[in-house]
Amino acid sequence: MLIQFFFMLREGGIKVSITEFLTLLEVLEKRIAGYSVEEFYYLARACLVKNEALFDRFDRVFSAHFKGIQELFGDDAAEIPEEWLRRNFERLMSDEDKALIESLGGWEKLMETLRKRLEEQEGRHEGGSKWIGTGGTSPFGAYGYNPEGIRIGQEGSRHRRAVKVWDKREFRNLDDSVELGTRNLKVALRRLRRFAREGAADELDLPDTIESTARNAGLLDIKMVPERHNAVKVLLFLDAGGSMDDHVRVCEELFSAARGEFKHLEYFYFHNCVYEGVWKDNQRRHSDRTPLMDVLHKYSADYKLILVGDATMSPYEIHYPGGSVEHWNEEAGATWMKRLLLTYPKAIWLNPEPVNRWEYTASIKMMAELMEERMYPLTVRGLEEGMRALG
Amino acid sequence: MTDLRFTGTDRYVATEDLMTAVNAAVTLGRPILIKGEPGTGKTQLAEEIARGLERPLLQWHVKSTTKAQQGLYEYDAVARLRDSQLGDERVHDIANYIVKGPMWEAFEQEIQPVLLIDEIDKADIEFPNDLLRELDRMEFYVYETHQTVVAKHRPIIVITSNNEKELPDAFLRRCFFHYIRFPDADTMRDIVDVHYPNLKKELLNEALHAFYDLREVPGLKKKPSTSELLDWLKLLLAEDVPPEALSGDDRRKTLPPLHGALLKNEQDVHLFERLIFLNQRDGR
Ligand SMILES: Nc1ncnc2c1ncn2[C@@H]1O[C@H](COP(=O)(O)OP(=O)(O)OP(=O)(O)O)[C@@H](O)[C@H]1O
Ligand SMILES: [Mg+2]
Repeated sequence: MLIQFFFMLREGGIKVSITEFLTLLEVLEKRIAGYSVEEFYYLARACLVKNEALFDRFDRVFSAHFKGIQELFGDDAAEIPEEWLRRNFERLMSDEDKALIESLGGWEKLMETLRKRLEEQEGRHEGGSKWIGTGGTSPFGAYGYNPEGIRIGQEGSRHRRAVKVWDKREFRNLDDSVELGTRNLKVALRRLRRFAREGAADELDLPDTIESTARNAGLLDIKMVPERHNAVKVLLFLDAGGSMDDHVRVCEELFSAARGEFKHLEYFYFHNCVYEGVWKDNQRRHSDRTPLMDVLHKYSADYKLILVGDATMSPYEIHYPGGSVEHWNEEAGATWMKRLLLTYPKAIWLNPEPVNRWEYTASIKMMAELMEERMYPLTVRGLEEGMRALG
Repeated sequence: MTDLRFTGTDRYVATEDLMTAVNAAVTLGRPILIKGEPGTGKTQLAEEIARGLERPLLQWHVKSTTKAQQGLYEYDAVARLRDSQLGDERVHDIANYIVKGPMWEAFEQEIQPVLLIDEIDKADIEFPNDLLRELDRMEFYVYETHQTVVAKHRPIIVITSNNEKELPDAFLRRCFFHYIRFPDADTMRDIVDVHYPNLKKELLNEALHAFYDLREVPGLKKKPSTSELLDWLKLLLAEDVPPEALSGDDRRKTLPPLHGALLKNEQDVHLFERLIFLNQRDGR
């Protein structure tokens, strides 16, 4: 039951730790009065989910779990074969969790604790507590079949609570795995700014130096801190072909909004794959090209390279001389990509295509391989992971 | 202790989800982390918990340079150096140079206090990690004077964040978490009511309409929040603006009166003016 909920959350991508799960049990235990489902929902969320970007996922799992409530709560967690539990458990555990289990006295001990807590709850239920009931009168058991069973808060306007909170999916906008758009641009920008500030070199920390020197009875003790601003230099390469235009606009918006935070930000356009020439002005893409060799010479190796494109094209465009759809290229795109990456060791590719399609598109796989797997989805999270890879 | 319940105060509207989270944190004596858009009452929450539960409040406002150690205590080495050069007697007792931080103060309270750690995300990323032990055990050691400071009562710790930095997992695991959603119109009515109990219904209705409409304008750099709404209402009251001046027909064709309180960013005002111009031209 509750344990099952715990597993479902983990399967649903919410990495609830055992500590947090035990915290939930502990709060439930402390309270003598009954819980309404809604209260239980809020309580579980406050204990188990520490990021509002995951609230929507939590809502979905909660909804799925509590729809079949009657069956589930009729079940007895202790009766689930331990073998089954354990296998699932171990598959889901991170190393850190495993270490925690060890520190709690290993598996047997933990299972015992969990079981005991659950039994206590069972016992209390028999004694008339309401929060985990199975019968028609308890809020949980009744939920979904008898809405009156849900206790409603004394104050506030009742009509607001008529719809189950978790089914309202109010946090959908905060999910950071959705495609980057104007809605979540702000969040993305904040992450980008943070990256701009943190990936920085050291400078002298005067107050700390003075203080440490004083502590040191006057002997000079120099302290350094990371420089705060404008340290990161970025080369942005944007794929400016047809289907990409919307995404490119979002990216441009994003990076130009963060412009002040970077020491330098230079951008160039390409089409599908990078070849010997790139351009700065899309209107004059055929007349005003900058040779890629010039770019490689002009911008030093400490620039971080960010390519944005769907990498969706025919494999010829990457691997054959003359493969480009727009012009005759003497050398294959892959050759130019390699040159680019050799010059800029810190590089990532951001791809707006949904991740589940990457595997089935040959050119995306090729490009990811050229990028040494440093390809990230164009979502807030992808952006963040990419920034980390650049850091 | 367990019958302690925070239910909001005469100055603060707490929604059910907020109350549940706060009370769980109070019950277990674990910190609660509060996030939410600017101006949604994160900072004030700690004050109101203290008022509601009749507890002393200690505040620690974090800045980008704040170190975890400063919450415990600071050793004022510079003062000591100066005193030693001036030949001051105090210099011989290092305890004279130990300055207590808000956490230490909280640990010394005779009844369980509320400790606010405001805007934790402003500090260095290491900051939260540096506090783990103190938050767990509610004690720390003072090296200079060889003493262990133990909390007389586990403080109710309220931590706020504006999401500028991700917080470390180890830290998050120890906290309850609540995200204050931007209030819906009904909750907002309640909030306005605690600030201006005598506001005329018509004015409030029109003002709320205009306010939520404005928040919907795409591309705003800074959406007005609760605090801006409250400021604006104050001005509307002071200037005795009639509800008709805010009414629906005009809303899309003129800037709302005293809009400076709502849109603080020049670009946003321009954006809004442009939209209004378009609406006027199209006669919508
Ligand atoms: N639920 C509420 N009940 C009563 N007043 C509220 C509520 N929410 C916000 N306010 C009012 O809004 C104003 C801003 O609140 P506060 O400073 O606590 O916000 P904040 O979330 O800490 O903002 P910031 O992120 O900018 O620090 C205050 O005047 C407060 O009284
Ligand atoms: Mg604040």
